[in-house]
Amino acid sequence: MYTFSNKLKTFSIILMVLGVLGVGYGFMTSHKSFEEVETLLAEEAHHGGGHGEEAEHAAPSHDAHATDSHGEGHAEEAHAEVDEHKKHVEHVQHQIANRPWAALYVAAFFFMMIALGILAFYAIQIASQAGWSPVLFRVMEGMTSYVLPGALIVLGIAVASGTIGHYNLFIWMDPEVVEHDKLIKGKSGFLNLPWFVIRGLIFIAGWSFYRYISRKYSTAQDEAGDNKNFKKLFRWSAGFLVFFIYTESMMSWDWIMSVDPHWFSTLFGWYVFASMFVSGITVLALLTIYLKSRGYLEFVNENHLHDVAKYMFAFSIFWTYLWFSQFMLIWYSNIPEEVTYFVSRFQDYQLPFIGMVVLNFVFPILMLMNADYKRIPWFVVMTGLVILFGHYIDIFNMIMPATVGDRWFIGIPEISSILLFAGLFIFIVFTALTKAPLLVKRYPFKKESEEFHY
Amino acid sequence: MEASKVIHAIYTDDDVLMSAVKKVKAEKHHIEEIYTPFPVHGLDKAMGLAPTRIAITAFMYGLVGLTVAILMMNFIMIEDWPQNIGGKPSFSYIENMPAFVPIMFELTVFFAAHLMVITFYLRSRMWPFKKAENPDPRTTDDHFLMEIAVHGNEKELESLLAETGAVEINLVDKAH
Repeated sequence: MYTFSNKLKTFSIILMVLGVLGVGYGFMTSHKSFEEVETLLAEEAHHGGGHGEEAEHAAPSHDAHATDSHGEGHAEEAHAEVDEHKKHVEHVQHQIANRPWAALYVAAFFFMMIALGILAFYAIQIASQAGWSPVLFRVMEGMTSYVLPGALIVLGIAVASGTIGHYNLFIWMDPEVVEHDKLIKGKSGFLNLPWFVIRGLIFIAGWSFYRYISRKYSTAQDEAGDNKNFKKLFRWSAGFLVFFIYTESMMSWDWIMSVDPHWFSTLFGWYVFASMFVSGITVLALLTIYLKSRGYLEFVNENHLHDVAKYMFAFSIFWTYLWFSQFMLIWYSNIPEEVTYFVSRFQDYQLPFIGMVVLNFVFPILMLMNADYKRIPWFVVMTGLVILFGHYIDIFNMIMPATVGDRWFIGIPEISSILLFAGLFIFIVFTALTKAPLLVKRYPFKKESEEFHY
Repeated sequence: MEASKVIHAIYTDDDVLMSAVKKVKAEKHHIEEIYTPFPVHGLDKAMGLAPTRIAITAFMYGLVGLTVAILMMNFIMIEDWPQNIGGKPSFSYIENMPAFVPIMFELTVFFAAHLMVITFYLRSRMWPFKKAENPDPRTTDDHFLMEIAVHGNEKELESLLAETGAVEINLVDKAH
C-alpha cells in the first residue's frame, strides 16, 4: 500500500494556496476601466515599442480632434475615427479582462487532459490485453481519478465565463454577438449554452462511469476466485473506447475549437487527442519513476520504463504529424476563412507557436531515439518535463489567440493557474493511489508483466 | 589464423543450445559460429556478440537524405528558377518550407531504409549468386549447429559438448 507522504501533501497544498492567491491577483488586476486602457494604449503608442498597430490608431484620432473645425466632412471623419478609437479601446479592455479566465481555463484543461489521456491509454491496454503494462495499472488508475473533478472544473470554468464573467472565453455565449453575427447565428443550433452544458455533462458522465466501473472491476479482480471481473473489465474497456473517440472529438469542438467560432478543422479532435495522449503517458512515466524511486514499485523495471518512453516518443511524432497536417493543409490552400486561425498565431504567437514544435517534436525525437537513453530514469524525466511544457504551450496556443489576442504573456495569472491545478492534481491522484495496493493481484497478465523483458 | 580443424556440435532444441552456449562460454572456449534455422532470442547475448551499430548508420543515412532533399529543392525551387506557382512564396526556402516537408520526410526515410539494407547486405556478405556457407543443410530446417575451433583439445571438447546435450558431434577438417 502506498502512503501519501506528509511532505508531498503539504507541497500540493502549498501549490494550491499559491495558485489561488495568484489567480485571485489575476482577476483583481484584469478589470481595467475604459480610461485606464486608453492611457495604457497611449503610453504604448508613445513608447512605440512593438505595438505599431496601436500607434496608428491612437495618432489619427488625436489629429482628428485638432481638425474638428475645418468643416463637416472632416468632422464626420473625426467622429468615425473617435468611434473606431472607442471600439479599439473596448476591444483591448475585453482582452485584458479575458486573460485570467483564459489562463485558468488553459491550466484546468491541461491537467484534465492528462487524466483523460491516461484513461484512454488504460482502456487500450486492457482491451488489447497488453502483457507489459499490468504492473502500471494502479498508477494509471490513480491518475484517472482526476478525470471527474478535472472535467467538471473545465466545464464549470467554461460556463462561468459566460454566466458570471462577461463572455470571457466563448463569444458565442454572448446573445448580442450572436444577434449580429450571421456565421455564429447559423451555428447556434449546436453552440448554445444549455446544449453545451448537457453535452459536457454527458461526456463527463460517460468518462467517469467508465473510470468508476474499471476501478471497481480491477480491485474486485484482486479478491476474486475466477476471471469474471477481468472479462467484464475487458468488455467495458472496448465499449468505452468507442464512446471515448466520439465524445473526445465533440469535447474538442466544444471546449476548444468553439473559442474561435468562425473557424473549423476536421482533424481537430485527433489533434487534441494526440496532445492529451502523449501528456498522459508522460505523466505516467514521471509518476512511475517517482514512485519507484520511493521504493513503492519494485516490480517495475527499466524494461517497463523503456516501453513507456517508446510511447512518449511515438506519440510525440504522432502529435507532430497531426499538427503539421492541420497546418500544412490550411497553409497550402490558403482559404481566407480558414487561414486566419494560423495568421493570428503566426503574427502574435510566433515564439510559442514555433517553439512548441521544437519542444514537442525536435527535442523528444533526438532525446528518445536511442534505446539506451529510454532506460535511464533521469533522462526520461528531463525529456518528459520538456514534453509536458510543450503541450501546455500547445493548449495555450489553442485558447489564447481567441481570447486575449496579442495581449498574451506567461505571467502571474498563467503560472499560478498551473500551480493551482498541479497542486490539485497531485493531491487527488496521490490520495487515490493510497486506496488500493500498487500491484494488481489476480490479473491474468500480471505474471507476464512482472517478468516483462525487452 | 583460423584453426584448420573444427568441431560441429548439433542440437535439436534451442533451449538446449542456449544452455550449451553458456556452458561452453563458461569453459572459455571460443565459439566460431552458430547456425540456426530461425532467430533464437538472446543467443547473441549468450555468445557475447557486440551489439549491432546498424541503427546508428540508419540515423546518419537519414540525415544524408534530409540534406539531399533540402539542397535539391532549395536549388530547383528557390535558386534556379523561382517561379510563381499558384502564389506560393518562392522567395526563400523557409517561406515555402511546408510544401517541401512531404518530400523531406520521404527522402529521409528512403535513404535511411535503403542504405541501411545495403549496409546490412555488405556487412553480412550477402548477394545474388553468392555460394551458401552452410555446413549442414539440416540447420535450415530443424537443427542447430555450434562450430568450435579445435587446438589439439578435441577429446576435452567432445566430452564437454556431449554433456551439453548435443545429438551429434563431428570433427571436421576445414583445410581443403
